[in-house]
Amino acid sequence: MSTTFELTIRARRGWQPIDLREIFLYRELLAFLVWRDVKIRYRQTLLGGLWAVLQPLIAMLIFTFIFNRVAHVQSDGPPYKLFAYAGLAPWTFFSTAVSLSSNSLIANQQLVSKVYFPRIFIPLGAIGALLVDLMFSLGLFALLMVYYRWPITPALAWLPVFMLAAVLAAAGIGLILSAMNVSFRDVKYAVPFLVQMGLFITPVIYPPSYLPKHFQILLSLNPMAGVVIGFRHALLGSPASWSVMGWSLAISTLLFLAGLVVFRRMENRFADII
Amino acid sequence: MKPMLEIRNVSKQYQLRQHATRTENLRELVERAAQAPFRRLMRQPEKEIVKEKPCVFWALEDVSFNIAHGDVIGIIGRNGAGKSTLLKILSRITSPTKGTVTVRGRLASLLEVGTGFHPELTGRENIFLNGAILGMRKAEITRHFDEIVAFAEVEKFLDTPVKHYSSGMYVRLAFAVAAHLDPEILVVDEVLAVGDLTFQKKCLGKMGEVSRGGRTVLFVSHNMAAIENLCTRGIVLNQGKLLFDGSSKAAIQYYLNSLSAQSGTGHVVDLAGVGDRRTLAGPLLKKMEFLTEDEQPLAEGLTIGSRLKIKVQFELPEATDKFNVGLGFNNNYGQRIFTAHTIFEPSRWDSEPVGTTVLACEIPSFTVMPGEYTVKIWLELKGREVDAIEDAAKIRVLESDFYGTGRVPWNGTMVLKHHWFLEPTDTRPHQSIEIGSEEYQPRIG
Repeated sequence: MSTTFELTIRARRGWQPIDLREIFLYRELLAFLVWRDVKIRYRQTLLGGLWAVLQPLIAMLIFTFIFNRVAHVQSDGPPYKLFAYAGLAPWTFFSTAVSLSSNSLIANQQLVSKVYFPRIFIPLGAIGALLVDLMFSLGLFALLMVYYRWPITPALAWLPVFMLAAVLAAAGIGLILSAMNVSFRDVKYAVPFLVQMGLFITPVIYPPSYLPKHFQILLSLNPMAGVVIGFRHALLGSPASWSVMGWSLAISTLLFLAGLVVFRRMENRFADII
Repeated sequence: MKPMLEIRNVSKQYQLRQHATRTENLRELVERAAQAPFRRLMRQPEKEIVKEKPCVFWALEDVSFNIAHGDVIGIIGRNGAGKSTLLKILSRITSPTKGTVTVRGRLASLLEVGTGFHPELTGRENIFLNGAILGMRKAEITRHFDEIVAFAEVEKFLDTPVKHYSSGMYVRLAFAVAAHLDPEILVVDEVLAVGDLTFQKKCLGKMGEVSRGGRTVLFVSHNMAAIENLCTRGIVLNQGKLLFDGSSKAAIQYYLNSLSAQSGTGHVVDLAGVGDRRTLAGPLLKKMEFLTEDEQPLAEGLTIGSRLKIKVQFELPEATDKFNVGLGFNNNYGQRIFTAHTIFEPSRWDSEPVGTTVLACEIPSFTVMPGEYTVKIWLELKGREVDAIEDAAKIRVLESDFYGTGRVPWNGTMVLKHHWFLEPTDTRPHQSIEIGSEEYQPRIG
């Protein structure tokens, strides 16, 4: 009989290289996990997939009322509703992705303790499913653009880059938090709070120009600041802020790499402590 | 040919209470992490962390054996012997603390039926999802799809969410997916404990098919009959150590002997130090006393169908009537043949005892086949099993003339009083012909 491969199982401690071959072997499972999460997200709801567009839409209306009408926050050019939506779409994706992925290992305890596959697929799968939601909400945005007769600019070509940055940032944070959540359930309580704070330190409901000059550097440290500015630049032609955007891309990538490494280091203990 | 699996000096250590201490010490951990760079800068050694040393527990200790191609191995041992830990290491769910395992070939494990099933998804969707989780390619699942559905007998409900399935259907579907995995090495934990008897047989049949097909199988079960049927080789684990490796028959014998060696004998059994105890509230169960006809102490054993009275002495920490006691009788294949439980008592006592309490259970006629039986005893307080002892005692049932015919029953697991009659038929329509009745007159000629 042909022995197709030989595998040695031994104690694993400390830092581990990332097993890309294995991830490739199991790639279909990642697709299945994304598909599962998409399928079950809106099961047994009345509105189904509509929720994917209703959430940013309703948030847009409320934020427009509070910040634009009541607090007189102005956009940096386009109608405030478009401005708010273009920021809320990536922010909603990011915040939901961080909360779902950080709880994903706990929510899938059974999988972790009873079957083997690259554990990294669990948080990544949760994020993948949310990309589908983001697509829906961008679809609605296209309709809003037509309704407000706001022109498309060539900057739209940048959109995939900033989507990628959002995914990398969410995945990096999600991987670290989900791994920590296995040992410390504190994460479960801290995340909703942190995500809520994040909305205010990211220029989602106000343009970055509202911030004093010396805060601009701090802004660069927030990976989502560049993503939101980038989304607005790509979708609405809002002024770009290349330094913030560039930093954001770099920090997102670093976060993702850090997430991979930390997750890898902690994953072999998951089944024992979860 | 090299062995399919080489297990070499494998040990696995768990730290008890790890979870509790870790959670308490998040703050400590953050402090320590924050100080680390400065400590290094100042060349200060990390301060000895003064805390209660976590209790270390070896789930497996220095276990080594090889598995050749086509071996079908049964792993036997009582709860906590390390069987599941071994399977978890082989399936890479957890890594060993020491030692290595070399796997040559594609290994699939089934530690639980229906892992990853999602209640909201339909049967069809779950087949694909579960298949993928167990390591099948989409193309493979598609190829086996019809077989899986036929095996599980769920054709009509394929597009119904599995949350509406009966538990039997659910288990059938889950096992069907796993049964059609096509690995070279199959690792199966006690998954047959679920599902109805017909299906259990079907699963065993399927596993037999797999093993006869030259596949290498590792199988954990408490069902000795299944082990004897399916396996060619048996391994006995106890407290993480490999005690026996040999033919499955010999392994079962070894295991059963070691079990009964730990069970209490004699007519009074002091429950401290016998059997396999699991307790949440301390050793509340104290003593068992076995009596037979005329309150005679049970010495050698009781004859088939005679009276069995068991007195159980235990401590109740508070005055309550919300306690229950159960007695489980297992045959020498580890199969439960009878459970006696205080919830089945129609006229419950209405006092609320406290402290040392003695309950007596009387079985007017213990109608089981001759042989040895082990007794599990457990105490429940407010619906929770707080103290339980597997194999607490063993009793021997002796042959006797139960039917009063001079013939000793020779087959089956139990004896029941029964009678035979000739029923009226066309050729003898009018006569009542009960055997032994006075109306029965044999015709001559």
